[in-house]
Amino acid sequence: MLFYIFVSLTFKWLNTPLTMNRIVEIKNLVKNFPIGNDVFTALNGINLEFREGEFAGLVGPSGSGKTTLLNIIGSLDVPSGGEVTVLSHSISSLSQKEAAQLRKEKLGFIFQNYNLLPVYTVYENVEFALLLLNFSTDERKKRILETLEWVGLSDKINSRPAQLSGGECQRVAIARAMVKRPSLVLADEPTANLDSANSHNVLQTMVKLNRELKTSFIFATHDDKVIGYLHRIIRLEDGKVVDDRPSTPNRV
Amino acid sequence: MGNGLKTWLNVFVLSISFVLIVFMQALLEGWSKQAVTDAVAWEIGGGQYWSSKYDPYDPFSLDSCAAPLPSILNDAFEKHQIEPVLITPGSIYPDGRMMPVLIKGIRPDQNMLVLPTQALNGDSMEVPVIIGAHMASQAGLKENDLVTLRWRDANGTFEAVDVRIASVFKTTVPTTDNGIIWISLENLQRMMSQPGKATLLIKNKELATQNLPGWKFMDQTELTKQTVALVKAKSVGMSIFYFIFLFLALVAIFDTQTLSIFRRQREIGTYVALGMTPRQVQHFFTLEGTMNALLAVALGFVYGLPFFIWFAANGIAMPVEVSNFGLPIADKMYPLFTPKLIIGTIVFIFLITALVSYLPARKISRMNPTEAIRGKVL
Repeated sequence: MLFYIFVSLTFKWLNTPLTMNRIVEIKNLVKNFPIGNDVFTALNGINLEFREGEFAGLVGPSGSGKTTLLNIIGSLDVPSGGEVTVLSHSISSLSQKEAAQLRKEKLGFIFQNYNLLPVYTVYENVEFALLLLNFSTDERKKRILETLEWVGLSDKINSRPAQLSGGECQRVAIARAMVKRPSLVLADEPTANLDSANSHNVLQTMVKLNRELKTSFIFATHDDKVIGYLHRIIRLEDGKVVDDRPSTPNRV
Repeated sequence: MGNGLKTWLNVFVLSISFVLIVFMQALLEGWSKQAVTDAVAWEIGGGQYWSSKYDPYDPFSLDSCAAPLPSILNDAFEKHQIEPVLITPGSIYPDGRMMPVLIKGIRPDQNMLVLPTQALNGDSMEVPVIIGAHMASQAGLKENDLVTLRWRDANGTFEAVDVRIASVFKTTVPTTDNGIIWISLENLQRMMSQPGKATLLIKNKELATQNLPGWKFMDQTELTKQTVALVKAKSVGMSIFYFIFLFLALVAIFDTQTLSIFRRQREIGTYVALGMTPRQVQHFFTLEGTMNALLAVALGFVYGLPFFIWFAANGIAMPVEVSNFGLPIADKMYPLFTPKLIIGTIVFIFLITALVSYLPARKISRMNPTEAIRGKVL
């Protein structure tokens, strides 16, 4: 019995972030999309919580509602029913301006297609997030160089996205998401367009940032490589959570 | 076609519109200024006192509207600060055909107007008169020709006399030339049996304006109003070319903006994800479209400035035929580039470009950002 308690506590400690503040709280979330005269229910009665410092993933087949859930957490979309609270902001009641403010200050996004601005250099792409926050030139420069060093792209600051590999592009996207020190980073299929080596490189970068900066990460993925790094796996099927369990990362 | 090339083509066409608008407007400003300056120099002086009965549009009252010179102006009259002009309708008979004219009497020794009135002094038997080149051409008259002049005096009696064309002058002011016969004031007063009378008094610009009973004062602005209106009326036709260019440029910018928003949905979604509101992105794209105007103005200055400077210095020679149009056009027209004109045109180009950039950008605020991020909106 004692052994069981010891193992449980140890396991829990290994998977528990250092701080335990609740940053996302989802209660009975429903999301419907009109399709012609019908309604498609993408999310149906989701109840979840995410705590500060988590490295969690929404996994499941295509159409299971992963991206929709991620978009709602990211205040890019609104629930049809239920309540979603992100960093003490109720997503349903946010105005367009307040939602933009939340994204600008507290949230970082990483997309499958990197979504870099092709005409800008690496430096300028990363800088864009700080320009929106009205950082001074010196502060911007300091932060950008520091962030690019974390992601290992200090030698590429003047390159344009077209001159970079997929892995490098995704690391620029990570730098852009991280440069403002967000509380939560939402990554939608971040490795889908990357080969195995680049995928691990990118994921290790994110793990490092999660550990060093205590930034929470929520992934939407069905990539086994990503799943191997997660501390918590939430499995979605047909818009419902069918499994939510801690996981021991096997690739770190 | 790449976006860069398309942008430069738009900018080039817009810059042509900018240069054309500035140039044509400067030409019109120059024309208007020249027409006003010439009208002042040839006819208006520093303003005019009109006899209260004088109506330039009523030929039937012209021979009876003259009034005695106000005695208060005697000193100014002596000093040539006031030049009286007596006007009456009449007719001439060049080659046996009748041609209605306006006879205007003015002192030969006046120096307020640039009219060559010294030629009105003469001791020959025939009364010397001067006419403008256009009038001479219309009537088939030349210097030293004799022509019969007929008029009606104050008693209603028709009189006639042979007059000698003492000088033919060239002027750009149609109202000094077309159908006008200039004659010595003294001769005309005698011919009309109206000694000491005048229809209007031209004032020297230094002489203070005063209230004269029986006379109304017409300032330069009032007197040049018609000339300016004539130039403006003619300018409408001239504007068509640059408005066509401007229209083409604006359609191209509109088209490019529409295509750009269609192609750049993912970028738009990314801006929203990074923390911009759709309205801010809309403003951003509008601003980007308006940058076409900035580039166009800069490009327009690069190739337009030497062109402007050359024409401002050398003028544009007008065809001879233009002098027959009855318009106040000089042999050469000098475009007048004023800061107001250039800044006004720049502001106009910016505003109209901003408008055509804004119209397609309105679509952005209706986009769903989650679909825009994936480039699936349209």
